[in-house]
Parts: sequence; structure tokens; C-alpha cells
Amino acid sequence: MNYSELLEIPPFSLDKREKERILTEKLKQLTQKHIESCAAYRNMMRAVGYDGDKIKNYYDLPFIPVSLFKEMELCSVDKSEVFKTMTSSGTTGQAVSRIFLDRTTAGNQQKTLVKIVTDFTGAARMPMLIIDNPSVIKNRAMFSARGAGILGFSIFGADKTYALDDDMNIDLEAVEAFLEKHKGKKILLFGFTFMIWQHFYKKLLQLDRKIDLSNGILIHGGGWKKLVSEAVSQEEFKQRLTDVCGLWDIHDYYGMVEQTGCVYMQCECGRLHASIFSDVITRRAKDFSVCENGEAGIIEVVSMLPESYPGHCLLTEDEGVILGEDDCPCGRKGKYFKVNGRLKNAEIRGCSDTYAAKFQ
Amino acid sequence: MQLNFNELKYLVGTPETIEKMQGLRPLRPFDGRVLSFFDSLSVKLRKNRDFSDVATFGFWCRKAALLQQKESYDDISERLGRGIVFHSTPSNVPVNFAFSLAAGLLAGNANIVRLPAKDFEQVEIITSAVKELLSSEYTDIAPYICFVKYASNSGINDAFSSLCDVRVIWGGDATIARMRRSPLGARAKEITFADRFSALVINADAYLEQENKNTVIQGFYNDTYYSDQNACTSPRIVFWTGRAKEEAKNDFWQRVHDMAKERYTLAPVQSVGKLAAMYRAAAEKDISVEKSGDMLVMRLVPAKLDGALMEYKYNSGFFFEKDIDELEEMIPVCTNRCQTLTYFGIEKQALSELIENSHPCGIDRIVPIGRSMDFSLKWDGYDLIREMSRLIEI
Repeated sequence: MNYSELLEIPPFSLDKREKERILTEKLKQLTQKHIESCAAYRNMMRAVGYDGDKIKNYYDLPFIPVSLFKEMELCSVDKSEVFKTMTSSGTTGQAVSRIFLDRTTAGNQQKTLVKIVTDFTGAARMPMLIIDNPSVIKNRAMFSARGAGILGFSIFGADKTYALDDDMNIDLEAVEAFLEKHKGKKILLFGFTFMIWQHFYKKLLQLDRKIDLSNGILIHGGGWKKLVSEAVSQEEFKQRLTDVCGLWDIHDYYGMVEQTGCVYMQCECGRLHASIFSDVITRRAKDFSVCENGEAGIIEVVSMLPESYPGHCLLTEDEGVILGEDDCPCGRKGKYFKVNGRLKNAEIRGCSDTYAAKFQ
Repeated sequence: MQLNFNELKYLVGTPETIEKMQGLRPLRPFDGRVLSFFDSLSVKLRKNRDFSDVATFGFWCRKAALLQQKESYDDISERLGRGIVFHSTPSNVPVNFAFSLAAGLLAGNANIVRLPAKDFEQVEIITSAVKELLSSEYTDIAPYICFVKYASNSGINDAFSSLCDVRVIWGGDATIARMRRSPLGARAKEITFADRFSALVINADAYLEQENKNTVIQGFYNDTYYSDQNACTSPRIVFWTGRAKEEAKNDFWQRVHDMAKERYTLAPVQSVGKLAAMYRAAAEKDISVEKSGDMLVMRLVPAKLDGALMEYKYNSGFFFEKDIDELEEMIPVCTNRCQTLTYFGIEKQALSELIENSHPCGIDRIVPIGRSMDFSLKWDGYDLIREMSRLIEI
């Protein structure tokens, strides 16, 4: 089955056995393709003695840590075919991932994102309020994860309006005009979890005027790390937003720049879902064996999309738990899971301070 | 000079102690009172049953042991301390500061010791013992010792750097680079302990003949896993000589694995780090990975030995490994970043000949397996007593 055929299948419609068959076939092909076209990846697979003939299931394919994309250029197409380069949004001084996309991969990313997200939002385009400032997407040459997220999700919106100005202050005039114009219509809101909390929710709380977003559907991502340090749980995040502006249809998503397109959306039951285009596997740290459902482990993500870089089987630095498969009350097939957060830094002994600094 | 900063805590001594250090008469190396001071400190610390590193330092600074080290110096009568030594000690080895102080004081200097910013109980134990001694029997030594603590602060680094005669920087390349932004006085000198790696060579046949193999394994464990294999002295590559290499390796690594399984905690982030380090090396070097059931021991066999190999080193149980016929084959790997060569089953004579004949760019110490962490006044290629004292020609 080629990818355009796969895109015809509803994204949460295959059960375990069918999905496993398709994923195994496609991911094995991708492994072979990247071995042939990316020298660094070929060397890696040679070092671990990879033998495609022995792979019966995609669980058995080698996975590489995402951090490698920060340390080396891993590309499986000629540089002339690179259509855009995505980067992760690291803080100043941190290394960032560089992901090389050709037209095929970039196109498939977008199509996949549409398939997955419209399963939650419906197919109609909605007026869109972006909880961020417009300058995040101005530099098109280098897409940061934040900019890429906004641009990616923008295809679901019409009349896109930014809720924040360049100084991250809420642009109340613009927001009110936008809401007035689209009164009574369903609207789409998109932003990064911490930005929404820090620059939207907290500011709304201080306003004497109420704004009404009870017609809105909010999609947010980017992780909980900063909110955990403020001791804000997912439930509280939702509740407080409902309290301050009536927003109740709220979906977190899990995704990363290394596998753009294959996002894991949170359903009505509060669970993240894997679509037919990708999967999550949790692994035990001591030997990378596969965890039981309900057991916390390191998250591996696999995706059928990466054709132009060897990022189809990646070990993340996140810990998560597979909660079940094919039987979520929301009706979607596939695995559903939760993310516990980043792996904890270890206290490393020894006399080299450099190591400690790197992990702080 | 400003010696009071909000961020600066004095644990032993006061700003006044430091002010008076300037102009304080230096001591002769291995001064009798200094030796007594360390002997008294030794008595206090050797009693400690909770921390083996504290007890080890206590044992090391016995008068008898120090007198033995003194024996190797024939020019003490012509030497005096250089003045003030500013020690910047590593943040993640609790007891290192005590050895650094000992070297500075034994060489005849006043010492400003920057303690690890993190609160280690070991530091607390040694600090309070020192404090007690300086306020009772050893008030005459008190002007020579000041312990301070501060989080990274360039103003404080500037102050201590400008007034010291010797600056000692532990903690690796990044710390050295940071500290070097603070200028030293024109007469001052610097001793830096940069990022280093170490190596191990084992004779397979001698290993197989060894009756109590677990003492060898215990020694190896202490050299590596005990410090997360992240000390400069920790072997990152293992060379095998002799005939029955395969048999020896199987036995050795199985035992290492069993010991690590029993005693070592590998955090998930270390496991992922090792996997990433392995692929990084594999991407750029021709290596093969030895199969293992879990992540405790990771072994990478390079096709070729060269000077760039150790740029791919990692910690937490991550080893390069290579069979060799002649000791000479190790030399290309032993660049100037190579600090310690530990050995098992190799004649000392053969190692001396190796150095004599092959003139490696690196290797500053050659010690038996299990002894890599044993501190000595000759460290990292420096003779610390001579480095921190002045030779007076008459």
C-alpha cells in the first residue's frame, strides 16, 4: 500500500493486527531506504548488525535517540532536494535538532496532520485565533518548532488572528474585534501550553472585562514541563480556562519536530491517541524491552512519514504509559496513552563538570 | 580589595584571613606543624564509617604516609611555598577539595579553597574537623586556610584570581575556560586539570590464571562504575593482550555485568545517553557493537585505533575495546588527553619500556587495576609540590 492509498483510510480505523502489518512493512522499507541513502545511518545499522530479513515486527527495528539530530546532520536526500529545514526550539545556547524535508515528506506531513486533526475538529475551516505573536513565523527559512506548529495548524483556520503582540501582551482590541466578527460561529484556538497559561490565561484573569470563548475549540501542545514547575495539572489548566473565558473543548497534543505531522491528539476522554500513520512504544530503560500496558517507560515513536531523513524510529527523552489499545470509549482504534514528562536528569559523579552542565 | 560578596560564604576563615594572607610568610614544603595538623585531621576522619572517601582521605594524610611521600624530594631545603593558592574544586567529587588543600599546604602555601557548590555531607564532615583543629591545637595554621563557597560568580573569581600566586582549576575544560576570563596577577601561575580519559590493558592469560577473579573485577568496578565512569582516571577503553582473549573477555565482562547489576543504578537518562553515544560513534567510526542482554555494559569494538577515537567516549559503563598483539598498538589512542593507564597481568618493566621506546603524547600515570583513583602528589603529569613552591638558588 502506498502512502496516498493509506491517506484514504480513516486515521483511527485500523485495529492492532492490521495496523501492525502495515506499519511493519512500511517501516522496514524505510529502514532499508535510509540505509541506502544516508551514510551515517548505514554505519549505525552496520554497527548493530542490522539484518532486515530477521525483522518480523516493527517493534524489533532499531530505534535511534532523537538527540542525534542535534549532533549531526542526518539526511537521506541530496541537499538540492531539501525543501525546508525544521529546527526544534531550544533555548539560547542549546543545540537544536535539524530536520531535512523534501517535498514528498513535507507534503505528506501536512496531509497527515489534516487527516488526524479533522477527526477531532470536523472538516470545515473555522475562524482561527492564534495564542502567540505574529513574529514567530516571520523567518521562513528556518522553521522553529513553534512557528512550524502554528503554520501547520493554520491550514485548519480562516481569518487568522494573533492574540498577542510582539511583546507577548494580549492584543485585546484585535481579540474583541475577531470575536465580534465571528459571533455565533465555532472558532479554532491554537497555541503552546505555557504561552497560553502565561500570556493569555493570566492576563485574562486580570481583566475587568470578560471575553466569551465558549464556542471555541482549543488545540495546544509543547509539553507540560514549565507548568509542572508551577504545579498546574492538566485538569486544573482546563478548569481554569473554562472559568475565565468559558472555553471547554480543549485538546492537548503530543508531537515533536522530528516527526512533524504525526501528532497524537487528546480525545474527549483525556487520552492521547496514535493514528494509523504512526505509533508509540514504551520501553524499559534497563534493556529497552517493551513495557506492558500500564507500565511507565521511555517513549519510542515510529512514523511512516520520514522519507528524507532517518527519523522513522526514534527514542524520545520522554516517559509515558500506554493505557490501552483499540478500546478507548471515544471510539478511536489504536493505542491510547499519556505522557508523564521528560526523563529526570541523573546525578552523575566523576570529575568532569562539563557533563553536569550539559544536562542542567 | 573587595572580599565581601553577598553570594560568598566563608566556611573556614573570614575575609580578614584572606586579607592577612597577602604578606603572610610562606612555609617550607612538608613543614612539621603542617604534617602534625594533617595527622590530627587523619585521626578524626579515619573514624568515619559512613563515607569511604572521607576515610580514604583520612588514611592518605597520616603523618607516616606523608613522610613517605616526602622521601621522594631531595630539594625541600631549597624550596618555599609560592604564597596564596586559589583552588577551584570540582562540583561533583566531594572529597577532591581536601586533596587539593593538602597539596597546597604541604607545598608551603596559604590556601583559598572553593568548595563544591552542592551540599555534600563529606564536605561538611571534613570542614568541621578542620575548623575544630584550627580553633584549638592549630591556631598557628589557621592563617593558611580559608574555605569558601559560592555559585558561579565572575566577580568573586576575579577577586581571588587577582590576589593568588597559584590558581588550581579542577573540573574540566568548560570550568577552565570560564575561570580564565578572570585575569591572574603577573607573577601568578596556573595548574589546570582538563578533561582527560584513561585506558586499561589486561593480559588475557594472566587474567584467566588469576584465582580470585573478583578482586580484579572489584578493582575495575572502583575505577569505572563507582564514579559513573566519568572521572578522568576512569578507563574508557580496554586493550587485551595475550592468547586466550575471547575466553578472558567472556569471563571478565560477565563478572563485570553481574557486579554492576548488583550495585550500579543506571538511570533511564543514562541508558538513553549510552545508546546515543554508541550511534554517534558508529555513524562516524567503523565500529561493531558487542551484543548484550541489557544496557549495563556497552562495548564498542573499533576496526582501527586512532587519536580521534576517544572523542566518542561516554560514561556510565561505555567501553571501547580492542585486541592487540603488542603494547605499542595502544600508543595512537594515547594522545595528550590520555591521563592514566591501568593494567593487569603486565610486567612493570614492559610498561617502562613502552614509555621509553614509544614516547607517547599522553599517559601521565601507570597504576595497577583498581588504583586509578588513588591520589598522589604527582598528579596529571604535575609534581604538585614543586609546581606550587619556589626554588631558591643560593
